Amino acid sequence: MSDIRDVIIIGSGPAGLTAAIYTARANMGPLVIEGEPSSTSDQPGGQLMLTTEVENFPGFPEGIMGPELMMHFRAQAARFGAEFITQKATEVDFNQRPFTVEVGDITYKSHTVIISTGAQSLMLGLPNEDRLIGHGLSTCATCDGFFFKDQEIAVVGGGDSAVEEATFLTRFASKVYLVHRRDELRASKIMQERALNNPKIEILWNKKVTEIQGDEKLSGIILEDTVSGEENALPITGLFIAIGHQPNTALFADQLDLKDNGYLVTEPNSSKTQVPGVFACGDVQDDYYRQAITAAGSGCMAAIDAERWLEENDA
Amino acid sequence: MAEGITDLDMSSFDEAISASDKPVLVDFWAEWCGPCKMIAPILEEIAAEEDAIQIAKVNVDDSPDLARRYEIMSIPALIVFENGEPAKKLVGAKPKGALLEEIGEFL
Repeated sequence: MSDIRDVIIIGSGPAGLTAAIYTARANMGPLVIEGEPSSTSDQPGGQLMLTTEVENFPGFPEGIMGPELMMHFRAQAARFGAEFITQKATEVDFNQRPFTVEVGDITYKSHTVIISTGAQSLMLGLPNEDRLIGHGLSTCATCDGFFFKDQEIAVVGGGDSAVEEATFLTRFASKVYLVHRRDELRASKIMQERALNNPKIEILWNKKVTEIQGDEKLSGIILEDTVSGEENALPITGLFIAIGHQPNTALFADQLDLKDNGYLVTEPNSSKTQVPGVFACGDVQDDYYRQAITAAGSGCMAAIDAERWLEENDA
Repeated sequence: MAEGITDLDMSSFDEAISASDKPVLVDFWAEWCGPCKMIAPILEEIAAEEDAIQIAKVNVDDSPDLARRYEIMSIPALIVFENGEPAKKLVGAKPKGALLEEIGEFL
């Protein structure tokens, strides 16, 4: 039947769009459910839409802006006929064949599905957090750093993205506190050195944020020392949150195996999930490498796995 | 036929906002903002489809004073001006449906 597709791809970061390029070139006519615009990392194009310079993606010796790179990916997939729906998938059913993917009121059917929904930023989960987003509290340093010229601000977190954001924000802010709950950073050596050598960055070790303060806009945070339990106030005008990511797997939780940390389980050296014909690639199934290039590589694997599965199953 | 999107800066902003007999939705954006790029085509569609509202853009790099005046701390930021005064402020990128709902009172 003509209304059954060969492949539906859910998610449009480096993994999903690479899968789209490969499946489109293989004449599988992929339908990409690319997600909805938002200012969190959960949006079409994925986490790179919230970054600036990408220095480590091969092929761009001078670096390239994250959003620009993703627009190139998308244009390349579109060139070979990939179709896009700028909405979120709301429901999936992998218990029947063909599989179904719902987007609002519309149901799409497909012989194979490639899941590439990625991961999104974790929030602190404190009162006032939602209310102050966009009013001094930010999950996007590249979007909002500009508005904190000559101000004192803080970044929460200790991984690569926290250290990278803190370093980036020193272009604007007069002082950047890096608030980290442990006594050492998880970030890579090169990122750590950049931060440690930056005179505008002060690292506040063994501190966690217990309160976010501000009426109309953010005015400060309360920090608790994780060793002594002592609390103190830090008056700042901006707070940037970079405490890690959680995989976007809620849609699949009752149909596919998840690891304890919520990431999708795939077979080793493959993109196969436990449901034949359903494949996963990118950060949604990778809690270790989490790079644009590894996501793209796994997107290519998923496309090839889906193509071979179709051939073998004569669907 | 609705008009397109006007680019405003410090020199043209006040006159354009106060002279308009319709509500004006102003999109504060910048080249380096990924979510701003995501909503740009949505705003173009709304500009083409909706006659009741005018849409304008302010590049915050070129007009930092306007961003400061309206206390922009995050972009994309959309402010609807009615009779020259800010009537509603929306922060962050949203899908078209959600955006139309938020500005529904002005359409």
